[in-house]
Amino acid sequence: MLNHNPAWRYFLVILVLLVGTLYALPNLYPEDPAIQVSATRGGEVGQDSLALLERRFSEENISLKGIELQDGQLLARFFNTEDQLRARSVVDQALGNTYVSALNMAPTTPGWLSAIGASPMNLGLDLRGGVHFLMAIDMQAAIDKQVEDMAQIFRTDLREARIRFSNIQPDVGNGNVLVQLRNAEDLTAARRLISQDRDLDVSSGPVEFSLEVRMSDAKIAEIRDYALQQNITIIRNRVNEIGVAEPVVQRQGERIIVQLPGVQDTARAKEILGATATLEFRLVDDSVDLNDALAGRVPPNAQLYYDRDGRPVVLQRRIMLTGDRITGASSSFDEYGRPQVNISLDAQGGNMFSQATRDAIGRGMATVFIEYKPTDQIGPDGDPVLEKIEEVINVATIQARLGRSFRITGINNPGEAHNLALQLRAGALLAPIQIIEERTIGPSLGQENIELGQTAIMLGLVTVLVFMVLYYKAFGLVANAALVANLVLIVGIMSMIPGATLTLPGMAGIVLTVGMAVDANVLIFERIREELRDGRSVQQAIHHGYDRALSTIADANVTTLIAALILFGVGTGPIKGFAVTLMIGIITSMFTAIVGTRVLVNLIWGGRRLQKLPI
Amino acid sequence: MIAITFTKTIQFMRFKIPALVLSAILIVASIGLMATKGLNWGLDFTGGTVIEVGYERDADLSAVRAVLAEAGFPDAVVQYFGTSREVLIRIGPRDDIEQVTLGEQILRLLDQADADRVEMRRIEYVGPSVGAELKEQGGLATLAALICILIYVAFRFEWRFALGAVTALAHDVILTLGLFSLLQLEFDLTVLAAVLAVIGYSLNDTIVVCDRIREGFRRIRESEPIEVVNESLTGTMSRTIITSVTTILVLLVLFFKGGELIHGFATALLFGVVIGTYSSVYIASSISLLLGISREDLMPPPVEKEGENTEPLL
Repeated sequence: MLNHNPAWRYFLVILVLLVGTLYALPNLYPEDPAIQVSATRGGEVGQDSLALLERRFSEENISLKGIELQDGQLLARFFNTEDQLRARSVVDQALGNTYVSALNMAPTTPGWLSAIGASPMNLGLDLRGGVHFLMAIDMQAAIDKQVEDMAQIFRTDLREARIRFSNIQPDVGNGNVLVQLRNAEDLTAARRLISQDRDLDVSSGPVEFSLEVRMSDAKIAEIRDYALQQNITIIRNRVNEIGVAEPVVQRQGERIIVQLPGVQDTARAKEILGATATLEFRLVDDSVDLNDALAGRVPPNAQLYYDRDGRPVVLQRRIMLTGDRITGASSSFDEYGRPQVNISLDAQGGNMFSQATRDAIGRGMATVFIEYKPTDQIGPDGDPVLEKIEEVINVATIQARLGRSFRITGINNPGEAHNLALQLRAGALLAPIQIIEERTIGPSLGQENIELGQTAIMLGLVTVLVFMVLYYKAFGLVANAALVANLVLIVGIMSMIPGATLTLPGMAGIVLTVGMAVDANVLIFERIREELRDGRSVQQAIHHGYDRALSTIADANVTTLIAALILFGVGTGPIKGFAVTLMIGIITSMFTAIVGTRVLVNLIWGGRRLQKLPI
Repeated sequence: MIAITFTKTIQFMRFKIPALVLSAILIVASIGLMATKGLNWGLDFTGGTVIEVGYERDADLSAVRAVLAEAGFPDAVVQYFGTSREVLIRIGPRDDIEQVTLGEQILRLLDQADADRVEMRRIEYVGPSVGAELKEQGGLATLAALICILIYVAFRFEWRFALGAVTALAHDVILTLGLFSLLQLEFDLTVLAAVLAVIGYSLNDTIVVCDRIREGFRRIRESEPIEVVNESLTGTMSRTIITSVTTILVLLVLFFKGGELIHGFATALLFGVVIGTYSSVYIASSISLLLGISREDLMPPPVEKEGENTEPLL
């Protein structure tokens, strides 16, 4: 009997190795120091900015390796980090504060590799430096606010329906509202009225003629989800202003993870993330002539504002409504298919707004977005000085007396409607947010960690390679080929999976995998030796060795995979990285050790009549 | 050719009682240590702030302590980290200060106190609630791993093996924790990951041994169970030694070359691999034997195994 490889086995091994190697390749190309420029507040980076920067760089004698426009962002590459740092101050001077620049390391993956979607591995923050925040949302505050608001709405609604009540009391601790009525008749009427809202569960209260109203579980889930989405949106907007090349804002359960690679100044990052934003609705003051206002003649009860395109508008000082009364804002289309934004207010806001708009039909109403952003100056208390930025984001004409829910129409395009809805929501934070975990890694430590990891992997690999050759001779070389292929496959697969990130514990995981991956081959080779000792022929020994070891290897690896999966499930950040490399390593090592070595063994020794094996 | 071969069957199980007694003593001692000395929980689990700073010359720890004491942190733990130019400062969770900005504050103080620039290497802040949660999650994860493995092994092998395997794993975990308690090494998230990796490794070993014992029972007829176990253990011995050696080799590399952040990880794994190898030989097999494993329990079920009669794929 001889051991031949069926054609599919060659095909499979060559295909897997080829794909693995191709996708691992981008990691070999060194990255360029680069600057990424993007615009804020609806601005745009275009050809003119590109031309301007090119001119400024050549004036400052900064040699440019390349500059390109991509997805509305500008990427300038440099030959060294010195040029990169000098260039950044040039960019900031040349473009002004409506643009944000970020230092970045840009991959230099050649076009033919990018074309097949190959890119280098993502590095975790512990390897590239940067800051990681875990933020928690105060959900209880969001729900409490809703309960209090619910009581307010009942008061108005019952009064309007002429149902007499003696007391309406929000019970924040239990998350319900108690409605106390005077007689059975009113009780029935109130129950019918309140039950119209399907989001509410109405039951009889503890005393006579009373109702206990609580939000349905679905409604509570909706509030929590809304609070989370709202915070994520706000944080995304703000992160973009920090100037980070590849920020990550991600939900983890009911928490938010923010990762800002390369950011060292965490104080500033925290200030920006924690910046407060509010909204105000004000009436346009038509009695003032714009030219007078521009010349500085603004009456005391009015104020001059600018919208985002720089057009002036004079508004009354009196505030109709503030953003904390907004409970929801979404964009949609009206009956003619034109974009619009739907806004809903809480009970008190509805009353205030109804009063304010009663006599203002036909007049213009402006939405002012106010944000407090930290500046570079440090105040006497050691914190950055906050700068108040006010901007008119929309002017609409009041068509009718407005109540708890209304809409803004006449918006140019759906994108703008969407942005307006986002900003309206951002101005009315439903639930406060808090940093509950922070990890900042300096750039030098990150670089050191990469070097440590690389050294450990190389040293570990060489040690095992030497040991295997000494112990198994020629078969040791076969196992070594599998081990090296395994390493290439791990890197290739890590680069292929978009969510996989290499971390320091992940690199330790690779080292561990290198040590453990030979296990499968050891099992097979020991089996072959045993079979030979039992007096089987060489070819039979090879065949049985592989066959018999297979189920053992599979069982042993599946159980390790279970442990790795659980680790992945509970771990965060770096630990997840460890679990990922461990899992990938288990799978690739099974492939290379079982299928890969068999191809080589059969190829070298399988087709000959041998009396002895070099094992 | 180098080869570890055993011509005679080694009487492993002769020492099963002393081995079990020794392990029992070690387990009790480990639990005792954990109860009295406790674990030196790292920042991940306690919450608080850790600041790692780099100095251009060798750092003066007492000067750093003085700066911190003056700023109102007399209880801060200050120590060298890796080299004498890197200093690690640990501040426990406190209610009276704004912990979120503490790291930058201290960095600024140290920078002002030193003539040279003090480099920020690492600042980590973990809120107290997060720490408590992680502790709970970590414990649950370990338990979940053990239970899943128990089910898998019981399903694939036999309940006696499953119980033996899981006892061996629990043994490894408890002893590793005991070592960390004895030496008061910091127990952080990476060490927890290492403990779970120890479970993975030790299990790998145990499965190989169990697999061989099962095969032994089916192959060798007319033999006492203890004989079969001894013979099977002898058969896997060379594999056990080689895999342990390669794994220990790479772990030694990690221990000496992996840097300070990986040190605890490497320590836990090194100890765990040695203990895991021992436990798969002595604990898992001894317990299966004591539970009365026999040939009848391990004969293949009458139902045909899927794909048994087809050509093997690989």
